[in-house]
Amino acid sequence: MTQNILFRDIDEPGLNTLAVYERRGGYEAMRRALTMSREDVLGGLLASHIRGRGGAGFEMGKKISFLPRGDMDKYLVCNADESEPGTFKDRELMQKCPHMLIEGIVIAAYAGGIATSFIYIRGEYDHQADILDAAIAEAYAAGYLGERILGSDHSLSLVLHRGAGAYICGEETGLLDSLEGKRGNPRLKPPFPAIQGLYQGPTLINNVETLSTVPAIVRMGGSEYAAIGTETSTGTKLVSVSGDVQRPGNYEITLGISSREIIYGLAGGPAEGREVKLWFPGGSSSPVLTGDDLDVAYDFDSLAKAGTMLGSGAIIVVDDTHRVIDVAYKLAKFYAHESCGKCVPCREGTNWTVKMLQRIDSGEATPMDLDIMASVQEEIIGNCLCVLGDAMAMPVGSIIKKFRAELEEHIEAARDRAGIGSLENVIPVGVADEHAGPLPVH
Amino acid sequence: MSFGRAKPGQARPEVEQRGQHAGLDGRSTSVPRFGHGSRVPGWDEAADLTKDPAVIPDPALTPVPGGLRADVEAAMARYPDRRSATIPALYRAQEEYGWCSPEAIEQVACVMRLTPAYLISVATFYDMLETHPKPRNDVFVCTNISCSLRGADEFYEAMIAAATEDPDVSVRSFECLGACDIAPMASVNGEYVGPLELEDAGRIIEDLRAGRPVLEAKQLRHRRSVDPGANLQAARSAAGQARPEAELPDQNAGRDDPRSTP
Repeated sequence: MTQNILFRDIDEPGLNTLAVYERRGGYEAMRRALTMSREDVLGGLLASHIRGRGGAGFEMGKKISFLPRGDMDKYLVCNADESEPGTFKDRELMQKCPHMLIEGIVIAAYAGGIATSFIYIRGEYDHQADILDAAIAEAYAAGYLGERILGSDHSLSLVLHRGAGAYICGEETGLLDSLEGKRGNPRLKPPFPAIQGLYQGPTLINNVETLSTVPAIVRMGGSEYAAIGTETSTGTKLVSVSGDVQRPGNYEITLGISSREIIYGLAGGPAEGREVKLWFPGGSSSPVLTGDDLDVAYDFDSLAKAGTMLGSGAIIVVDDTHRVIDVAYKLAKFYAHESCGKCVPCREGTNWTVKMLQRIDSGEATPMDLDIMASVQEEIIGNCLCVLGDAMAMPVGSIIKKFRAELEEHIEAARDRAGIGSLENVIPVGVADEHAGPLPVH
Repeated sequence: MSFGRAKPGQARPEVEQRGQHAGLDGRSTSVPRFGHGSRVPGWDEAADLTKDPAVIPDPALTPVPGGLRADVEAAMARYPDRRSATIPALYRAQEEYGWCSPEAIEQVACVMRLTPAYLISVATFYDMLETHPKPRNDVFVCTNISCSLRGADEFYEAMIAAATEDPDVSVRSFECLGACDIAPMASVNGEYVGPLELEDAGRIIEDLRAGRPVLEAKQLRHRRSVDPGANLQAARSAAGQARPEAELPDQNAGRDDPRSTP
């Protein structure tokens, strides 16, 4: 059962303009929220239990309630630096319905008592940024942004900030540094941005999709929104399905439906006669699942139980015509390029993983290299300021674990091809010792 | 390590020329043991250690074009802290000079009251700010995982081959551009086009030369949502409440959707 909230009118011509958006009931939720008290709006968001749609899946209402109260410069930053490979949901939302995002930002800022907000959009989204710029100008002209919005005591400024092409700026503290005009290096946490973020002030950071859902939550009421989906994963979610499927694209699903229904039912599955070999359930940084895991329910907790994560909601399907080593290599190369270089385990670990994968393909590797590679992944996880290193280590680690036989086969084949010789002729160290007989007694 | 970039008259991207292993792309099979570089741009460029560090440029001695100055100042005024305007200001300077040249950096530093070194540190961090001269047109070919599953690597080769003769086009393989629904895809001067076939490489160059919109039929901006549950309300009003299914016939077939039954 699909209950479309975000995609209800998504292709309506001119939905990116204020007039059409208002005709579709736009900014009604904002009007209503502004007549309510801040506590009631926040209460609604808390009751909805909506979890962040950007990757970490932290409850949005709780994040707002962590902001200190009182009169101070607080900031809201919308994370529109959507760079996770396989993810393109925010792009479609911003391009087609920018006012829904602006409305959500106004409401969320009201709930948090915030007067300054930013949208950090990735630099590659040129067209979407132009649309957002126009929409922000329209909203200012209509009095939905600026001083004393609609005569209430809520004022909000909104600035669109274009990034310049760095994956790491999608990480919240890297994004803050970038927004402050520095290199986008992540910061040490704690203090978390809710306490000390942009310009050292308390900062609320949320993803485009999360903020775009806020008007619907106010319209429906928090508890009614919470009734959609499962108990711990409420609401609907945009899922970006890509890779080897027949109908790639964004689908709005109710959380908790089976993954098979998304991959086969909605996206059409791999081409005729091919099978799903592996798939990433939540962007390229989530541990991979195989064709046997297609019946796992698509929500935060079921995926966590299956040893992976929902992440940004990007499903990448790889069918059986592709080699796992190519997939692992693409991944590792991407993260090695995007590592900001601040923490050693990530900077060196991503780089060495690329080199080890190259060795496998050039025939210089032995199955022992797989163990070394797996241990490198373990050393990265949890040892850096941000999760970029983990984002490579988790999928690569899971690929080594789940496709070890294929990788070993590949190592053998590559050795044969390179003329290095089969491993069968090599006597392993322990075995050689045994053949040597007992050590001489002195 | 930086992604390869084809310079005019150069058949292979720079990275691979440096001896980067390319076995997984099916070309060479040996791993150069010492051929690696640092990911820090400029690691192989010598610095003059005898020179004094550059200070904030003197406004009296640094002429800045009026338009650039006005735009950088306007950008600074939009943020609580003027340094936040670094990226917008560098973008603006890049627009003016084609790349973040030493001259451009100097002028932005002068207006923003920052040292050139600070601006260079920022400019070298981001992929879209160029600290080397570049051709006028940018073709970013996404070669990340979703696109490469659908043949982006072959298209990238074809694109490089098509652009070798054209000094005005720079071809780069890029990180995920966020358009995996139209994979394989490319961003041509910011315009997303896809799904691409090998023949499209030549057409992109032709369109760029002719100054036409690039591959207009394949532009992302015209693409409709594929979600069968989307647009039902719009479809209903367009059909005058009569037959909502008529608008989206086969997409709803067999799906248990309460909205499809009026």
